Amino acid sequence: MDFGLSEDQRLLEQSVRSFLNQQVPIDRVRELREHECVIDRKIWRALAELGVTGILIAEEHGGSGLNLLDAALVSEAIGAASTPTPFLSSAIMTAVGLAEVGREQTHAWLKGIATGEIMFGTAITEAFSKREGAGVSSANGTLSGKSMMASDVCTADFILVVCDGDKLAVVRRDAPGISVTKLVTIDKTRCTTEVQFDNVTCEAVFDGCSQAIDRMLQAGRIALAADTLGCCETMVEMAVEYAKERKQFNRVIGSFQAVKHMCAEMIAEIEPARSLMWYAAHSFDAAPDEAPLMACHSLAHIAEIGRDIASIATQVHGGTGWTDEQNVHFWFKRIANARHLLGGPELLRNRAAEVQGLAEAS
Amino acid sequence: MDLEYGQRYNDFRAQVRAFVEKHKASRPITSYDPKLREKVVKWLSLQIDAGYWARTIPKEYGGFGAEPDLLETVIMDEEFNRAGVTRGMMAQGPSMLVPTLLEHGTEEQKRQWIGPTMRGKVMWCQGYSEPGAGSDLASLQTAAHQDGDDFIINGQKIWTSSADKSDMMFALVRTEPDAAKHSGISYIILPMNTPGIEVQPLQTMSGDLGENSFNQVFFTDVRVPRTNVVGQRGNGWAIANTTLKHERNSLNANAEGTLFRLMKLMREETMNGVSAMASPVFRDRLMRLQARALSMKHHGMRMLTCSLKKESPGIAGLIVKVQNCQLNFDMSALAIDVMGELGVLYDHTKYERDRGYWQIHSIFSLGLIIGGGTAQIQKNIIAERGLGLPREPKPATT
Ligand SMILES: Cc1cc2nc3c(=O)[nH]c(=O)nc-3n(C[C@H](O)[C@H](O)[C@H](O)COP(=O)(O)OP(=O)(O)OC[C@H]3O[C@@H](n4cnc5c(N)ncnc54)[C@H](O)[C@@H]3O)c2cc1C
Repeated sequence: MDFGLSEDQRLLEQSVRSFLNQQVPIDRVRELREHECVIDRKIWRALAELGVTGILIAEEHGGSGLNLLDAALVSEAIGAASTPTPFLSSAIMTAVGLAEVGREQTHAWLKGIATGEIMFGTAITEAFSKREGAGVSSANGTLSGKSMMASDVCTADFILVVCDGDKLAVVRRDAPGISVTKLVTIDKTRCTTEVQFDNVTCEAVFDGCSQAIDRMLQAGRIALAADTLGCCETMVEMAVEYAKERKQFNRVIGSFQAVKHMCAEMIAEIEPARSLMWYAAHSFDAAPDEAPLMACHSLAHIAEIGRDIASIATQVHGGTGWTDEQNVHFWFKRIANARHLLGGPELLRNRAAEVQGLAEAS
Repeated sequence: MDLEYGQRYNDFRAQVRAFVEKHKASRPITSYDPKLREKVVKWLSLQIDAGYWARTIPKEYGGFGAEPDLLETVIMDEEFNRAGVTRGMMAQGPSMLVPTLLEHGTEEQKRQWIGPTMRGKVMWCQGYSEPGAGSDLASLQTAAHQDGDDFIINGQKIWTSSADKSDMMFALVRTEPDAAKHSGISYIILPMNTPGIEVQPLQTMSGDLGENSFNQVFFTDVRVPRTNVVGQRGNGWAIANTTLKHERNSLNANAEGTLFRLMKLMREETMNGVSAMASPVFRDRLMRLQARALSMKHHGMRMLTCSLKKESPGIAGLIVKVQNCQLNFDMSALAIDVMGELGVLYDHTKYERDRGYWQIHSIFSLGLIIGGGTAQIQKNIIAERGLGLPREPKPATT
């Protein structure tokens, strides 16, 4: 009986964290947000060199074939550093989606992700939420329609698309008939677009992918929960640090009990949420029957505590927390964006009830 | 991550399960009630002989004498919980006094008290709090003056659970009036029938349903032998802190069991012909609580792993009491809302659901939020010890 991280997992986490601290400090993120697109291929390549872009990809495709818990630790580190990267779209969602499809054709893409030569964006929002007439359909190997709130598409090489409800398609980013419109969000650390498909010829369309889409969403949700958890950790660290320095009424504000309790309440939410996230990620590989439930609960729960922590940690900083110059807002907004990126808490909890047979499937 | 227990433990689990199955129907309720005393003693002795209670207490002190093995303890707890049977007895003697004696008691104290306490022959109460000393326990004033081989105790304790039904008390008293606040306290044990002790029951907000009774205990020239001090005289504060640690560990309520009960209620309870589970609003609240219960369940496994590896869980351990107690309170709050206007029914009245479990659970969870270190005190500890925030500056003396 051992509920915890292995030595290898701790080392992995440490190495990613120290890499990001050195190579992509928040000042670098500040620069990147001024670019056309915040995603920087150099960071992706460097992550590949660290060996994490192929973390979930099987060895036969050039990856390291590790488990979702390992990948979630990377995700957590990325959230903690607020790094702009297509890790979630490429290394988690595309890697799991294509592996579940399991066709020979997917080899080159998986290999490209593992080596860092290929970046995938995802256009999958309509798998759980359709608005504004969005939805993509396929006919004779071509795609038409639109997908909203797509991730990391701008600078990608390929796009993974959910179409006709239960199919997965791969298209080239530069295929004729694709038009990409940038959607500005509050979160400057992620790339969000609308993707329009007008008779776009696909590289591949895979039928009967309900199961693959489910697994892809589960993995994505758990990894996104880990990302938000990482954001929360950083925000609390910053708040505690600030509370030990800032003085008012001739005392450091951290000696005021109101401030102490704000900090205590935040950390009291984070630690059990970490246990939940660990188990959710573990279940994905070791107890796949439990993963649908654990994925919904981990993301919904961490989204909820994330919203509170984002607000409280900012409040600890007072007026300076409300400025652009102070960095906490990067995490505040990253948490806010994650909250609905793969389904919001209400949607996820309804799904959690459905998978337990407590509600009728919609 | 490796959540397997392995063959040896699986076998052990099967043995425990078989034992619980065999005896669960005929077990008495383990309570302080003197009328049940004989049956309770028999039932606890049966468990000790089988090795499922007092398991790691040495034979010479009346225990089963097995080597300490945390996983065995967890398995026993899980199996008894699963069948809805209390393992041993939830009382302050076994959970607080016995660990303290094992750590700090003299050979004689151990031989005299541990066996009878674990067998339910001697019941204990905890005399710590005083009217002026709750959260600030170290400011306690009950005084013990030395008189030859005895101490003479004068003062008052309050909120003493089950004092009216107890044979013995373990108490904190001030033996060194001139010493600093924390260093003048001794930990002492005394029989409740000693002349000069007066117990006055204090009705609780539960209307005295359930197990807990509240009391005030008055001491007037109560004579107790000096040999009844546990550990070093004047060292009672440190010793009490080891006991409080045991109390906080024993407050690790079984949230999953409560959640199952709540889900059952929600399936069965109907309003306007529709079950509560079919209501998206109630279901959403249930799912929120389920996520929290799952967090605390796996957090418990993480804490267990730390203990097995003898690693300190650090701040992750400090947050357990405050989170578990609040979770239990919130689960009963949902159950009460599900029952709507009938949720307030109490004391075995007509139409009451689940034999009144939920209102009692709600009131007791609230008690646990306050007792054994309030939620606010827990947060002070988390912030100061866990996060390293500075202590409150002392107010300027005028
Ligand atoms: C169900 C139950 C069973 C109990 N059983 C026993 C028993 O068997 N034996 C025994 O000795 N005692 C027992 N107690 C007493 C219990 O230990 C005390 O009630 C508790 O420690 C709080 O002390 P108090 O009641 O004096 O409250 P106070 O200390 O007066 O607290 C009142 C309020 O002020 C807050 N407060 C106090 N100090 C601070 C601070 N420094 N920072 C922030 N907030 C603060 C508290 O959090 C609380 O909200 C029991 C209590 C309950 C509820």
